[in-house]
Amino acid sequence: MTDSTVTTVKASKVAPSRLQLALRKPGFMIGVIIIGFSTLLAVFPSFFAPYDPNFIDYLAVRQAPSWAHPFGTDMLGRDALSRVIHAYSVNMQMAVLATVFALTIGVVVGALVGYYRGVADMIFGRVVDAIITFPFLVLVIAVVAVLGPGLINMYIAITVVGWVYYARLMRAEVIAQMGNDYASAGIVMGYSDRRIIFRHLLPNAITPVIVYWMTDMALAILLGSSLGYLGLGAQPPQAEWGVLISEGRNFITTAWWLSLMPGIAIVITGLGFSLIGDGLADLLRPRG
Amino acid sequence: MAGLQYVLKRLALMVPTFILVMIIIFLLVRLLQGDPAIAIAGDKASDADLAAIREKLGLNDPLLVQFWLFFTNTLQGDLGRSIMMRTSVSSVILERLPTTGFLALFAVTLSLFIAGPLAFVAALNRGKWPDTVIRTVFQVGLSMPVFYIGLILLTFLAAQLRWFPVGGSGDGFFGQLYFLFLPSMTVALYTSAIIMRNLRTSIIEVLDAEYVQFARAKGLPTRLILGRHVLRNALISTITLLGLSIGNLMSGTLVTETVFAVPGLGRLMLEAIFARDYPLIQGLTLTFAVLVSIVFLLTDLFQSLLDPRMRLT
Amino acid sequence: MTDHPILEVENLCTTFSRGDTALPAVRDVSFSLGKGQVQGLVGESGSGKSVTLRSILGLARQYGEVRGSVRWQGQELTTMSERQLRKIRGREIAMIFQEPMTSLNPLLTVGTQLTETLKAHTDLGRKARRDRAIEMLDHVGIPAAASRLGEYPHQFSGGMRQRVMIAIALAASPKLLLADEPTTALDATIQAQILDLILKLADEMSMGVVLVTHDLGVVAQTCDTVSVMYAGRVVEQGDVRQVLQTPRHPYTEGLMRSVPQDVPPRTQLYSVPGTPPSLFSLPEGCAFAPRCQAAGPACQTARPMLQDIAPGRQTACFHPLPATQDDAA
Repeated sequence: MTDSTVTTVKASKVAPSRLQLALRKPGFMIGVIIIGFSTLLAVFPSFFAPYDPNFIDYLAVRQAPSWAHPFGTDMLGRDALSRVIHAYSVNMQMAVLATVFALTIGVVVGALVGYYRGVADMIFGRVVDAIITFPFLVLVIAVVAVLGPGLINMYIAITVVGWVYYARLMRAEVIAQMGNDYASAGIVMGYSDRRIIFRHLLPNAITPVIVYWMTDMALAILLGSSLGYLGLGAQPPQAEWGVLISEGRNFITTAWWLSLMPGIAIVITGLGFSLIGDGLADLLRPRG
Repeated sequence: MAGLQYVLKRLALMVPTFILVMIIIFLLVRLLQGDPAIAIAGDKASDADLAAIREKLGLNDPLLVQFWLFFTNTLQGDLGRSIMMRTSVSSVILERLPTTGFLALFAVTLSLFIAGPLAFVAALNRGKWPDTVIRTVFQVGLSMPVFYIGLILLTFLAAQLRWFPVGGSGDGFFGQLYFLFLPSMTVALYTSAIIMRNLRTSIIEVLDAEYVQFARAKGLPTRLILGRHVLRNALISTITLLGLSIGNLMSGTLVTETVFAVPGLGRLMLEAIFARDYPLIQGLTLTFAVLVSIVFLLTDLFQSLLDPRMRLT
Repeated sequence: MTDHPILEVENLCTTFSRGDTALPAVRDVSFSLGKGQVQGLVGESGSGKSVTLRSILGLARQYGEVRGSVRWQGQELTTMSERQLRKIRGREIAMIFQEPMTSLNPLLTVGTQLTETLKAHTDLGRKARRDRAIEMLDHVGIPAAASRLGEYPHQFSGGMRQRVMIAIALAASPKLLLADEPTTALDATIQAQILDLILKLADEMSMGVVLVTHDLGVVAQTCDTVSVMYAGRVVEQGDVRQVLQTPRHPYTEGLMRSVPQDVPPRTQLYSVPGTPPSLFSLPEGCAFAPRCQAAGPACQTARPMLQDIAPGRQTACFHPLPATQDDAA
């Protein structure tokens, strides 16, 4: 009898795999579901949207939400729900395009500077200070100011300013990783610099960068929609959440739902990315 | 005095960064603004007029000379003339600075009053329902763009309920308090979400610290422990964050001024961008940079005031 | 063991919960302390010694469940409210910790940390508190005490900081000092000074001391009685000379053997084979059984309780080591 008790005790004490842990965290799973659904809407908007987002109907202007139009209609009679759904394409794209280039540039520069240090590091430090001194939004607006409004210019502006944050994070991680034994082992074994950086240091240092990327995507949506609202990002009549809110701004007393609904989409999507980011942070944290 | 030395050292360190900032602004604007002579004189001006304007503006001089002129002028407070406003850039900025300044300070104060107590409540009840509720509410708030928060406040508190004015700014101290309450609250809600999260973590860390255990072992009353031991230590890292979120504060102010039609520097920047008024854009960017640096400096000073260990560095 | 114990701990059990698992950090610890007596609590890391101290003072309550009885001068501490406990902490029972750098608030001056105890527990006025603070600093051996009141912890060296902590703890003249590894973080030379200081103060103030340490040498030098702890339980206790010279529990004997005494160079050091069990997977029966050479079948299934095997001597073992002639003394 003692034997069976010993074995049962043993089984339940085995540590669960990371995937199992992931499934147990409600926050993370909710985030995955939200982003999964958002991606679906972004890739197949026409499938989900009941109407053509650009179909103008002067006879159905500014209608309150109803069965026919769950989110109502806007000032040109366009179905608000369809516009919000189609905006998913633009905004999800925004989340990716506004971050992925900054991430790539930042990771490479950060890894190189963190590895080689020296003069490059000093220059990097000054550049980082100079850029960080400016508030992010103000800087992006300034760059958009010289480039002109528009989605592509917005991506350029955000990338030009945002890579610094990734680089800084990557540099710190690489420096921390270099203190680890496996890095010294690599140097001692005479591996080429490139091999050490890319095959050994980077995979270990990249984890916090990935976590930050999730939060950054949420921030990118906030930033992008803010610029859309201000008229500096996506331009009307393109369906983008910030643009939609701005279109509805003049009717807050009469048709307030026009500005409210796109905002809710922003919040939910942003939350989705944040939840994934938090969940990843918990999961990827070194155990013990 | 060690304090003065510290301040001077920090100021000295700011100088090279500042020069770099000015170079970047100078180059950016020069390279991309096209021909400012046309902007000033209009499309229909004759070539002779354009040439004269260029000469007057010193556009024919080598780049370094132009930069030197720009540098020295800036230090004297001459930031050029605004194309749109037809008056000196510095006067326009100075005119609107108080409004934005008031908005920012009001917002910071409000956010501390919101974030402070709630962070304590959340930290002391870690894991229990007050903590979860507070964190969830603030997490949702963080996912909302600032302009959206503003719009909601505007829609319901101003347009529907008419408790507050829909826009503009007021006269005198109390007038400003009334007119700027909603915009300040908007920025405050967003900023407090950021502060609350950090402060809560700090408080939790501090609560677990050995010196708090020792204070409890000494039999000190809880209020004293919280007020003297916990608060001071938890504030340290939050002060740094507060300084860093000045950037958020400024972006928030910019957007909020637009939503609430407040005549401040933020809205001015936007107008300048749409009007392609490069001298004004340049002046405003520089002003922002100066303000941010001052805030960083103040944050550092306040932190060293709070933490005697930092005074040695 | 003692006629009029000032502190009586009986079947103290402290359990922490991590998720749905219960971690029994302290299990059925019992001992008693007389006035002016120095009791050692010795064991490896994780044996539950620190948790025992914190449970006595009620500090463990916020993390876990404390059951059993702790009687201080007749009063039952485990059932007291926080408010009542606060009157006892600092004034009647004081505690000092292992690492003075983290136990002192880095942002407050040493003077403030001293006077706040006095303010909480005495009726002394401002000037009187300041004078007493200087007096305490002086008493613990800090030179130029008056000028150091306004300094911060990081301005003191490690040994000095520990003295400061002692001064703060004893400022209100408590009758019992709980010392949690007070010398572990210090150099060997400073260690001796601090231990001497503690003993001197205990003597002057007729204070009882419970000294937690993992160092048998410290125990031998300073304690009157000792309790040996393993995996949260007391496995042996009694007069220090007797326990160390003729250990009756196999673990104690193993500990004694691990301390090299008068051995020729290059002798392989002895250490008790195996490692202490983790709180997550405590074996049924005696916790030491897996590593014990004297273990029998009974040891795997049943937990030995603390029993008297001689006047003033207790052991928790089914197969205690044989007594020798010396034990009768």
